[in-house]
Amino acid sequence: MSDLNKLTIAEARDALKKGDITSVELTQSCLSEIDKADALGAFVHKTPDLAMDMAKAADVRKDGGDLNGIPLGIKDLFCTKGVASQAASGILEGFKPEYESTVTSQLFADGAVMLGKLNMDEFAMGSSNETSVYGNAVNPWKRGNSVAELTPGGSSGGSASAVAADLCLGATGTDTGGSIRQPAAFVGVTGIKPTYGRVSRWGVVAFASSLDQAGPMTKDVRDAAIMLKSMSGHDPKDSTSADLAVPDFEAALTGDIRGKTIGIPKEYRMDGMPAEIAKLWEDGTAMLKDAGAKIVDITLPHTKYALPAYYVIAPAEASSNLARYDGVRFGHRAKLDAGDGITEMYEKTRAEGFGNEVKRRVMIGTYVLSAGFYDAYYNRARKVRALIKRDFENVFNDGVDAILTPATPSSAFELGSMKDADPVQMYLNDVFTVTTNLAGLPGIAVPAGVDKDGLPLGLQLIGRPWEEADLLNTAYTLERAAQFVAKPNRWW
Amino acid sequence: MSIDTDTARRVAKLARIQVPEADLPELANEFSAILGFIEQLNEVDVDGIEPMTSVTPQRLKRRTDVVTDGDQAEAVLKNAPDAREGFFAVPKVVE
Repeated sequence: MSDLNKLTIAEARDALKKGDITSVELTQSCLSEIDKADALGAFVHKTPDLAMDMAKAADVRKDGGDLNGIPLGIKDLFCTKGVASQAASGILEGFKPEYESTVTSQLFADGAVMLGKLNMDEFAMGSSNETSVYGNAVNPWKRGNSVAELTPGGSSGGSASAVAADLCLGATGTDTGGSIRQPAAFVGVTGIKPTYGRVSRWGVVAFASSLDQAGPMTKDVRDAAIMLKSMSGHDPKDSTSADLAVPDFEAALTGDIRGKTIGIPKEYRMDGMPAEIAKLWEDGTAMLKDAGAKIVDITLPHTKYALPAYYVIAPAEASSNLARYDGVRFGHRAKLDAGDGITEMYEKTRAEGFGNEVKRRVMIGTYVLSAGFYDAYYNRARKVRALIKRDFENVFNDGVDAILTPATPSSAFELGSMKDADPVQMYLNDVFTVTTNLAGLPGIAVPAGVDKDGLPLGLQLIGRPWEEADLLNTAYTLERAAQFVAKPNRWW
Repeated sequence: MSIDTDTARRVAKLARIQVPEADLPELANEFSAILGFIEQLNEVDVDGIEPMTSVTPQRLKRRTDVVTDGDQAEAVLKNAPDAREGFFAVPKVVE
């Protein structure tokens, strides 16, 4: 077989089990593609020796699970023992964890092979992968005949780029406001953010702890189901991880959604929505209706306030989480001048180590938590968050099983094009995705079409808490109807 | 709400991030834009609403109060920019 790197996880799993291919062959195929794809900026720490060792071990393992011998990319936000884990930040330069995150431990216990670490926005703060200390990750797709480089989205931009370009069979991502779903939509792959608490956050560098969730980014919905099962489950080391049984998500993929109720929220029909996005949304609605679902119009009245609430809560939590980067325990420490004390050490270390977007968010967070503003900003945002969650509870109580929305307000934009825009313009990328983080709900982005320039567009499905199995089945039904098969033309 | 350079300087200090004096006006402008965006929240009627503390209704699990880990000083110090004799080393903090 040639082009083993282009296989899906399910295809590779079946071929490995039959003995048609070995993990060593599969892993070599991916490593060779990775070496030819430096122009994509996706892999920032390659681990070929480790990958080959893991592949060899997988080939002799008799009782391997679904991921046995499957080569994956790991977002740089996950701590991986003995392998650089920098959250794409200069402040973690040289950091090699002495421990393994729960998610990667579980993936490796199921036999997965790590190819290396993937690019991202610094500390997962960004929507275009332009805040990374490693430089940009680049979208494998181009706009028509244009040579301009496009963003793969963010913050999981490296994961998106690597999966879309077939450098790996799947990748881990994390999602605090849309960081799995927006990049998945921008590159035409599938990405799911599970219910808050489904996946352990232990060993994942924290951005905003009440919003962060890890999830898979894969070539199709079935692969997302396979990978999510391995990543999920209770972890005593994360007090917010839920002690609930993990269903067999793949077994839920029947393609039968007859009798299900799909809600279409009117507040997501934004002013100035591009006609192509509106059309995609209508087409997706029709596909689910044709599959036997009941379509209902719903209202989520506080949607407009989700982004402003997010830009209080996320920076507030970030300012607290990122206080640990002080030049004492790990990573970068600034060179000090004679007479500098510990305060200068903190201030210089953090000034040198953090990029501009991270500094901005840490300082906004500091401001909204500071004496005199805590009630006006932080507590008010948490009250609005409660209302946003209640909006969803109301529609679910009315019998809605899932909600269909666009995944992003546009297709992928040019790298550098937002350079002079004010930060709020970039934040608007997450307008459709951020609500599910605030409400703790599962959300999945599925590629559903292309725009006039041939760029992928995605739809998002939002599910009830803990019902990822049902959500994946609805996404699977949508995937089968949409028949998105386009691939980027190779230029790298 | 418009943020002035004094406020920007104070916030930078609180966040322990050194910001050159010349960069403060630009920073203050960015803060003002972001806070202007955030101030939409004032339109929402939040009377009688409790601030959210946990997005999923759950009681935090309890465990027995026993030592489960330890004796890893070497691993703990492994990534420190400056570690000496089993301790993290920092500039002098007491006179």
